[in-house]
Amino acid sequence: MNPKLTRRRFIKGVIASGVAAASTSLWYTASGQSRPAGAVERLLTISVNGQTRRVDVAPQETLAHTLRYKLGLTGAKLGCNRGECGSCTVLADDVNIYSCSTLTHEVKNKAILTVEGLRAADGTLHPIQAAFIQELSPQCGFCTSGQIMSAVALLKSNPRPTREEARNALSGNLCRCGAYDHYLNGVMRASGQLS
Amino acid sequence: MTYMHIGKDFTPPDIEGKVTGAARYAEDFRRDGLVFARLLTSPIPAGRVVSIDASEALAMPGVLGIFTADDLPESKPPANPALAKEFITYIGQPILAVAAESEELAEAAIERIVVEYERRPFVVDPLDTLVEGGPDPYPMGNSLIRTGEAAAGTTASGTGVGQIKWTSDQVASFRAGRFPTGASFPEEWMYGDVDANFAQCSTILEEPFVTIGYPHHSLEPRTGMAYWENGKCYFHGSLQSHTVGHDALSAMLEIDPANLVFINENTGGGFGSKIFPYPTMAVTGRFARKLNRPVQLRITRPEEFYIGSARSGMQGWIKIGLRDNGRVGAVDVAIVGDAGAGGGASGGSAAEHISIMYQPEAMRFRGMSLYTNTAPRGAQRGPGQNEMAAVLSPMMDKAARQAGIDLVEFRRVNAPGMDAKVGSRQGALSSSYYPQAIEQVATLFGWEQKKTLPRQISATKVRGIGVGEGYHSAGASGYDGLLRIAPDGKIYLHTGVGNLGTYSYAGVLRAAAEALQCSWENCVVVHGNSDLHLPHSTYQGGSNTIFTETRSSHVAALDAIRKLKTIAAAQFGGAVEDYSIGGERVFLTSDSSKGMSYGEAAQKAIELGGELSGMAYPEDIHNTTKRSVQAMQGTGLIGVAKDTLPKSGTAPGFAIAMVEIELDTETGKFDILDYSGVAECGTVIHPAGLRQAMNGGGVWGFGMAAYERHVYDPQNGLPANVGLYQAKLPTYLDVPLNMKTAGTDMPDPQSPVGSRGIGEPAQGCAAAALMSAISDALGGHLFNRTPVTPDMIVNHIAQNSFNTGDLKTNTF
Repeated sequence: MNPKLTRRRFIKGVIASGVAAASTSLWYTASGQSRPAGAVERLLTISVNGQTRRVDVAPQETLAHTLRYKLGLTGAKLGCNRGECGSCTVLADDVNIYSCSTLTHEVKNKAILTVEGLRAADGTLHPIQAAFIQELSPQCGFCTSGQIMSAVALLKSNPRPTREEARNALSGNLCRCGAYDHYLNGVMRASGQLS
Repeated sequence: MTYMHIGKDFTPPDIEGKVTGAARYAEDFRRDGLVFARLLTSPIPAGRVVSIDASEALAMPGVLGIFTADDLPESKPPANPALAKEFITYIGQPILAVAAESEELAEAAIERIVVEYERRPFVVDPLDTLVEGGPDPYPMGNSLIRTGEAAAGTTASGTGVGQIKWTSDQVASFRAGRFPTGASFPEEWMYGDVDANFAQCSTILEEPFVTIGYPHHSLEPRTGMAYWENGKCYFHGSLQSHTVGHDALSAMLEIDPANLVFINENTGGGFGSKIFPYPTMAVTGRFARKLNRPVQLRITRPEEFYIGSARSGMQGWIKIGLRDNGRVGAVDVAIVGDAGAGGGASGGSAAEHISIMYQPEAMRFRGMSLYTNTAPRGAQRGPGQNEMAAVLSPMMDKAARQAGIDLVEFRRVNAPGMDAKVGSRQGALSSSYYPQAIEQVATLFGWEQKKTLPRQISATKVRGIGVGEGYHSAGASGYDGLLRIAPDGKIYLHTGVGNLGTYSYAGVLRAAAEALQCSWENCVVVHGNSDLHLPHSTYQGGSNTIFTETRSSHVAALDAIRKLKTIAAAQFGGAVEDYSIGGERVFLTSDSSKGMSYGEAAQKAIELGGELSGMAYPEDIHNTTKRSVQAMQGTGLIGVAKDTLPKSGTAPGFAIAMVEIELDTETGKFDILDYSGVAECGTVIHPAGLRQAMNGGGVWGFGMAAYERHVYDPQNGLPANVGLYQAKLPTYLDVPLNMKTAGTDMPDPQSPVGSRGIGEPAQGCAAAALMSAISDALGGHLFNRTPVTPDMIVNHIAQNSFNTGDLKTNTF
């Protein structure tokens, strides 16, 4: 047997399991010892959708990555992964942000809200969600989570926006299907201005 | 006609998932043991791979393997290979894939791979390869040739690469906007006596034109994930069709279709680029088999630009003749199409648009498809028809003005009615209420009032109004319908239509609910996963679904009704014809107490067996449908049939739009003050869905007319606008604050519920109306191109020919 291959397989196995990286972080946390100079705490406690979640986060990791691949919250989509489309929009302390262009470590002290966290405890849809259904706002749906989160952020700061204000507030969210008119109708309906 | 479901809004079953984040797309799926593949793509526009040294990458811990063209069947030009080797034809073309335990590792491994390339000459402007001595995009030539029957929607077979050259004088003449005397065109058709009809015309217009291609940029990149279990491939993909691509994907993986499970409940946009399986799907599935691990091949946004397909470009010349009464007497058009690195250009479809929308009494088309070393092209929302609609509208306006005819009256005079003819063969239509659509939109927009408004609004603001028309064929036949009535009375409506966001996958099933006279709430839509036993349904593109699939849904329902009555007759006596349905019961027409519920009949079907419960089925249904019926045997009453309803002529989709803009002469920017569009798509089956189609198509039209285009650097073959903002997809701020749409809502006789499709014309009419309005705002000026961007408008106003001079595709 090729010894080099065997060694590589061993190392690959360690990396694949994630044991090495995770255990190092845990060791620092548990022992209370100071981290090496320049190192970043990896095991974060973050607030997502009102729940406290503990998660191992690499220093360069984006919030979209953490949400989608570590917390299983795939509502935020990666349309571009470079801050252009807005499909990954979530709220941090009620402000809409592109989660693909935000490091998780940057927002570790903020309350994160994703589309999965909008329903009431009894299952009732958020008014924006209900209005988007009523107005048949989504088409393909890939941008919809982002549109919803930007709309939620808008109504938190401006409960009765004009259509023009809504247009400006959502203008960082692209919709390739071109459902803009229907999303705006949804915002106006959710704010009680469309019957 | 009064319907229970047709023409009424409903809540599509998938929409709640879209607003809650529960809807899952291909990239949302993970699997134990998943490994991540990434592509190494070509940095050169033309050449070949001489060697690949991946030894350093493969030695990296966590790197599992590479996948190259040698792992795939050989591909011959102009087929677009999944991975290139001998024929690299564009920057960004996939060369190989690397799989690793993480995406970061895969990306790092790509950096360690050394690929030696041999460069070849390249070309990004079709006229540069057309000229004698000009470089060819392929070593063997520059043009598409037909060598036999091409596979639907692909260039995988039946096509080849030939070579066409013109003299430098002919190319110079064409560039200057004149017909190149003596030049050869491989495609040509004509009807009527063109010269004789031009001789009878009092108004003659001769113009050059260019339409520039642009990427689809579907918001969901075409990431896929595949794994193999017990000899079966499970594939999470992103296609806008579903079952119609099943056999093609199976062939790409070289497996029996029965051993493919394709899962695709939601698709994040396709617009023509995902009608059929695309090349990288072969890499995902085969790499997973090679590694015996689940593989996700992520396609990034820049990669989506390169491999996600794009609209073809056109450079052309047209001569239009009008008679005294405003009728278009003759049209002569020549088009050099830019097919990019594979695919086909759309000149023939563009000519078809002219033939139907203006009904010229004689017409000639000459054209060719030339390749360039730019992104591969494919069908994009009304390919050919829509860009022709956009660039033609202001030209037709100019001709009408020269003839002294109002722009809308001109459209009335030439409108395709019930007796309209289409294309080179001058075939008939299934029906046309287009003249009514013209009157409807003129009222909705207020054309007569708006045309009297002053054009000058202020010192720096001018008004423009315009009209535009869109057309696409909108329906086929011959696909299968399938449903199951379960003993609990639930009606499971199965469809192999993809879910590309129009909700038509569910809307067409309401034709079955209509025929069965059952409540929609009691119906369950079954779609999105071939393990759920789906029928062979239409390819979903080209405004095709509504007409085609209401027919197949209807015939499945008719089959179920026949079986319900057969069961009832066996139970209560009498003939099948003595029975009726209603209230989800089948009963003796003369004595409704003698009957049973659909659920009871389904239980009887199971007991009686045979065709009633799918133990036997029609011979003429597709193998996909047969497999599905076999899997459902004995589980209820099965309704299954192939659509053999009468069909003749072309089922058309028409749309007409009017636009009012306010244009700032200092910045070249304009705001769309009014957008009004009316669809002529037969009976409207889903009013909210129609508004979505018209409004979404409208936004696409604004993008075509004013924003989106390829820009390539002719020095290096590099694209200049790969990203979404550079490619300039329309945003909220580029479209009107409100959009008004409607439908004629008159039935087509060849659809059981009267409906036809509308997706493509919805874009064409908007693009054309905006182009018409821009021209109107600038005193009838013709830019002879799409798009017309604010810099062009400013340069025109400043009488500066920069950007408004030479007509070129890709390089402008």
